[in-house]
Amino acid sequence: MEREIKAAPAYFGQPPKWYHLRVSTWWWLGRWQFLRFILRELSSVFVAWSVVIILLLIRATNHGPEAYAQFLEWLKNPLIIALNAPSFLLIMFHTTTWLNLSPKALALGGGGRRIPDLLIAVPNYIAWLVVSTVIGWLVLRD
Amino acid sequence: MAKRSNEPFAWALFSVGGVWAAFLMPVLLFLYGLAIPLGWIGAPSYEHTLALLRHPITRLVLFFLCSLSLFHWAHRFRYTLYDGLQIKHLNELIFLFCYGGAVVGTALAGYLVWKIPWQ
Repeated sequence: MEREIKAAPAYFGQPPKWYHLRVSTWWWLGRWQFLRFILRELSSVFVAWSVVIILLLIRATNHGPEAYAQFLEWLKNPLIIALNAPSFLLIMFHTTTWLNLSPKALALGGGGRRIPDLLIAVPNYIAWLVVSTVIGWLVLRD
Repeated sequence: MAKRSNEPFAWALFSVGGVWAAFLMPVLLFLYGLAIPLGWIGAPSYEHTLALLRHPITRLVLFFLCSLSLFHWAHRFRYTLYDGLQIKHLNELIFLFCYGGAVVGTALAGYLVWKIPWQ
């Protein structure tokens, strides 16, 4: 006996609604791992802020000694220092999380064996220290 | 033929920018944002700063640092707004704000670096 097949299901014309799980806007405050993830993402805002400071330094230097002196005075503004202190901490957070991930990005090895993570992460930290020292020396050797 | 996604390119810029920012930003922000204004170390003179900035390598490093860091910010901030605040419905606006900001910042960095007195 053949079953009768209806031309269209009963809900034709009314497609079922998608099921959306409602997630709070503040879901990332619930757990330290989530907050850590958002803080790492937000560190990029302070990277952008550092770019603003560098561009202002170049602009001031282009405009001459007076503008350069004004820029140095502006940096002493307590509000700017209050912004720079957490900015520095979050940029350090960016640097450490980035360098800690370097073994994942550089999965080097051969013959089914991978180079241990520390052997990749430690040279990255050493390179970072060398680069920072050289920049510090270049800026301050006046 | 399927339309190619720009996502790998954006991700590559994010990644390279992340490396540049990780290596160079901490020391620069520490010096100019904290140590010099708080008087922990003396500020370099104008003449020394100008001599340092006008060197071709410094110009290139500062240009790439500013540009790539801004593309790094653009990618990360875009996904922070998507995932953190879940405002995916403003997709186009966020995209324009983030990558548009990075492009404008790159142009500005190129202009300022070029305008450093050559002699």
